[in-house]
Amino acid sequence: MSRLFMFEKPLGMRDTLPELYEKKHRVRSLMDETIKQWGYQFIDTPTLEYYETVGTASAILDAELFKLLDKDGHTLVLRPDMTAPIARVAAARLLENDLPLRLAYAGNVYRAQQREGGRPAEFEQIGVEFINDDTVSSDGEVIALLVSSLKKAGLNQFQVSVGHIGFAQELFKQILGTNGRANALRRFLYEKNFVGYREQVNSYSLSSIDKQRLLQLLELRGGEEVIGKALDIVEDGYGKESLIQLKELWEVVTDYGLKDFVKFDFTIVSHMSYYSGILFEAYAGNVGFPIGNGGRYGLIEKFGKKASATGFAVRLDKLLEAMGHQEVSNTVECIFFSQERRKEAFQLAETMKAEGKKAVLQDINGVKNLDAFTKKFANTTFLIGGA
Amino acid sequence: MNGNLTIAMPKGRIFEEALELLRKAGYSLPPEFDDSRKLILDVEAENMRFILAKPMDVATYVEHGVADVGIAGKDVLLEEERDVYELLDLQISACYLAVAGLPGTEMNDVAPKVATKYPNVAAAYFREQGEQVEIIKLNGSIELAPLIGLADRIVDIVSTGRTLVENGLVEFERIKDVTSRLIVNPVSYRIKDEVINELVTRLSGVVSLEVK
Repeated sequence: MSRLFMFEKPLGMRDTLPELYEKKHRVRSLMDETIKQWGYQFIDTPTLEYYETVGTASAILDAELFKLLDKDGHTLVLRPDMTAPIARVAAARLLENDLPLRLAYAGNVYRAQQREGGRPAEFEQIGVEFINDDTVSSDGEVIALLVSSLKKAGLNQFQVSVGHIGFAQELFKQILGTNGRANALRRFLYEKNFVGYREQVNSYSLSSIDKQRLLQLLELRGGEEVIGKALDIVEDGYGKESLIQLKELWEVVTDYGLKDFVKFDFTIVSHMSYYSGILFEAYAGNVGFPIGNGGRYGLIEKFGKKASATGFAVRLDKLLEAMGHQEVSNTVECIFFSQERRKEAFQLAETMKAEGKKAVLQDINGVKNLDAFTKKFANTTFLIGGA
Repeated sequence: MNGNLTIAMPKGRIFEEALELLRKAGYSLPPEFDDSRKLILDVEAENMRFILAKPMDVATYVEHGVADVGIAGKDVLLEEERDVYELLDLQISACYLAVAGLPGTEMNDVAPKVATKYPNVAAAYFREQGEQVEIIKLNGSIELAPLIGLADRIVDIVSTGRTLVENGLVEFERIKDVTSRLIVNPVSYRIKDEVINELVTRLSGVVSLEVK
């Protein structure tokens, strides 16, 4: 192990310096505000959780968890997402009388990574969980809130792609029967390997119609019209049910006036087994990774309560990247004082703060390079020497 | 910028075949393309920008989204496991990954060693065979390793097999067939869906012709 330089930080850890802090703060407040306006209540949960509970319930891969031991030998994890801790709290404390519950959060999550730069191991997520309401209206509300809060934050160009875990699942079951063969195809979708998917489909002894149905799944992307195309390839049952849900979802987002932001994509399989219904990802054109994602999940059952939930999480770092360069105007003014006029300076500062301005009080004798220091402020006032 | 497509191309052998394929698909790419030393080539007529990368790095550019699409060997995709869509088998630059070594040799019982440019592929392959081996990562001239006793076996790309023969090595097992693939960044795949769909349609048109 090489000796560390004093400036080094662990791989993937980042500092937030004042300018970035301001930007983050501004975007976070705008999103917070929107989420609160929709009546969601913010909660905080601990940074550390038990591996056995939250760690294993989380959708995040085991290899991506930061693990440590407490003094009794229990494995702890730095929370890899906020959904699992919230599911834990909701199941243990908040779910009463089967009522719908709207919760929100903004907090740092941790994902171990050893590969290379460009991926932070700690980043902030802002999101909501809408628990105990399994109507499509609730799926629609969460997507509409995602779109609204991103717009409010100042992002103009983005898209939410919506899929349904049930469609592919049911299509595979209808055509392939066995779980093994269905899982093989599901894995190819999950790995985004369409070449492998096609090869696998062609290797099965199926009628050419069935092969076509499986291959057409890859083409099911676009607007409302995709639902019709999907209806052609699936038989009655849960597959059709998933399309009815998506059709209704389209109507819901249309009624919200937000359908321009939404597209369907039946190939989205964000996770092998986590989501249980409608799921989605949000993309901005200039960032190579999704800025947010979400969907319906059954996770709360792992914590002992039967409740379905949906939610979204937005990555603040990716969102800021998507918004590009933004001038943060410096509005701080500086009052330089010397002993003689100190009281006057303090009074002036009080007046300025009362007017909503930001004022720094600086003893002139504390500054070695006055020119350089003055440049840091929007305005300066000198109250020095005998009055 | 929205209609603009950035394509990461592998430098070297695959580049020419990929270029030929794109031309067959009806993209008019200027002739000076072929022997330019520039790393970024803009083709305004097609609204495309080409970046020329090491074959092993193509998937990295695409995953990070600085290139929307790329042409990468399956060997690279297997080794790098990048989060990108593998949309199309372009059926060019066909070769395969294989295990090779000196003829008539056995693997060392105590600490069998395998030299390779593909440590992940090699490790996964031997693990699946139930064999515990030690992997030594090299960056080129892999054939040297068994000749001078660095490793018992090598895992490498074989296209004609000539390099193996000329160095007195033999192929023991074939791991996986390799061709070049069209890969796409997951965000670009959704945001630039129209341009990318067109690229896929045009390319798959010429690819299937080749096969028949």
